[in-house]
Amino acid sequence: MSVTTAPEDLRGAGGPSTARSSGTWRRAFAAVLTRVWLIPVVIVAWEAGTRQAESVYFPPPSQIVVRMHELWLSGPASHLFLTEEATDNFLPSLGRLFGGWAIACVLGIVLGIALGRSRTLFDYVNPIAEFARAVPPPALIPLFIIIFRIGTPMQLATIVYTVVWPILINTIDGARYLDRLYADTAQVFGVSRSQRFFRIILPAAAPKIFAGMRVSLSMAVILMVVSELVGSTNGIGFLIQYKQQSFDLSGMWGGVVLLGLLGYVLNATFLFVERRVLSWHRQARQTT
Amino acid sequence: MLDVVNLRHTYGEGPNAHQALGGIDLKVAEGELVCVVGPSGCGKSTLLRSIAGLIQPTEGQIRIRDAAVAETPGDLAVVFQDYSRSLFPWMSVGENVALPLRRRGKDRAARRAAAAEALEAVGLSAASGKYPWELSGGMQQRVAIARALAYRPSLLLMDEPFGSVDAQTREDLEDLVLRVREHHRMTILLITHDIDESVYVGDRVVVLSKSPARVAGELSVNLPSPRDQIATRELPAFVHLRAEVGRLVRAKDQVPGA
Repeated sequence: MSVTTAPEDLRGAGGPSTARSSGTWRRAFAAVLTRVWLIPVVIVAWEAGTRQAESVYFPPPSQIVVRMHELWLSGPASHLFLTEEATDNFLPSLGRLFGGWAIACVLGIVLGIALGRSRTLFDYVNPIAEFARAVPPPALIPLFIIIFRIGTPMQLATIVYTVVWPILINTIDGARYLDRLYADTAQVFGVSRSQRFFRIILPAAAPKIFAGMRVSLSMAVILMVVSELVGSTNGIGFLIQYKQQSFDLSGMWGGVVLLGLLGYVLNATFLFVERRVLSWHRQARQTT
Repeated sequence: MLDVVNLRHTYGEGPNAHQALGGIDLKVAEGELVCVVGPSGCGKSTLLRSIAGLIQPTEGQIRIRDAAVAETPGDLAVVFQDYSRSLFPWMSVGENVALPLRRRGKDRAARRAAAAEALEAVGLSAASGKYPWELSGGMQQRVAIARALAYRPSLLLMDEPFGSVDAQTREDLEDLVLRVREHHRMTILLITHDIDESVYVGDRVVVLSKSPARVAGELSVNLPSPRDQIATRELPAFVHLRAEVGRLVRAKDQVPGA
């Protein structure tokens, strides 16, 4: 009556990936191709359309790219070819974006778990939070300008105020509907308060938290631009407005393209990190 | 060891109130393995959750080693039926087993060693670095048993522990419980709806009636040890006992006039 088990019935995680033939590669390549073929078509149509129209307000993409290069990528090699205009505006923008998002993440997760785990606290805070959330954030920019003056603190406040909500609401949701058996197990085995927070509640709510963080990240880009358009002396948003006012329309379009690229890269990076951190979540769901 | 006196529990209030436990008296001696059998939905889980301190019973007393149970006692472990939700999917098997050991005041190395030892006892040394969802159901339940073993409880509660695995795995797990119990000299209270299982595994079988649950009868199981899945089950004594238990479970199942 042996109950020990031979290792071969331990299902390996990396099983299927070992048998990858050239056929699967070809199929993968074809799959990528069917997804991206539209991109060059759109760019060519854009180029043709703008050339045909010959409007100063709508320069062709080739001109925009050339302008972006001379404005921002013609600097010295020691500065990674970035020009002064690029470093003076991109870095503050990115700083506000990531700073604001990071503050919102910490606030949203900590408050969200507290509110999700305490019914009483939630009942007290919820009406206030619902009201605060209903106020459109750009409407608060004038207020923030009075409180913080023009500059980074005001922009940070605007970003944090806006992007904290998706994180907060998702975290409350994730923490509140903690599986009862997880909670029971933690109680039976006397898992301490801090352990319960870091090793049970936080990971259990992580899929929801990540969903909120992703929405917040794209909102943070929007709010970064909005706050820089309204009151700023540098940043990508400021740059776009400045180019428009000085009639450098290719430069203005360059800022728009840059923001599109920034949003795309941020989202892709986030998904990559999320896939790593939450690999247990995807795989556990597949097998059970 | 465990002393349950006149335990009653009612869920809800008013006309929708549901009385799950209708006054249960139960004693478990040190080192004993007692099986609690009853029809499904009779309140077995309510009994277990009360003993584990997960719910506050409406009435009655629970004492473990003469100390009244208010919150979850520190030297009690539970193996739940649903292993897939009782093991944490974001932790490796080793981490799952080692998690509760921090409370035992052990340092990292000692926790790891204790977890490895417990996994070895259930025949899963090779799985320590895997995730629970990479294992089959029976293996996951063994991890849950290893976690309970590593915790070294004086009382182990098992709530339909083999209810979600196939028949072959079930037999393996029954024998595993008997072996580790022999080795660790633990007191075990095992809840099941399977009559054969209760007789095969238990030193004593306590039968509960339909909800609200009361003790319908008790039987001592005097079968030779070590037990064997084939030989034990064909003993006349085994056949007789399971008929007795079956009769007790059935007797209270019949609603008068139905």
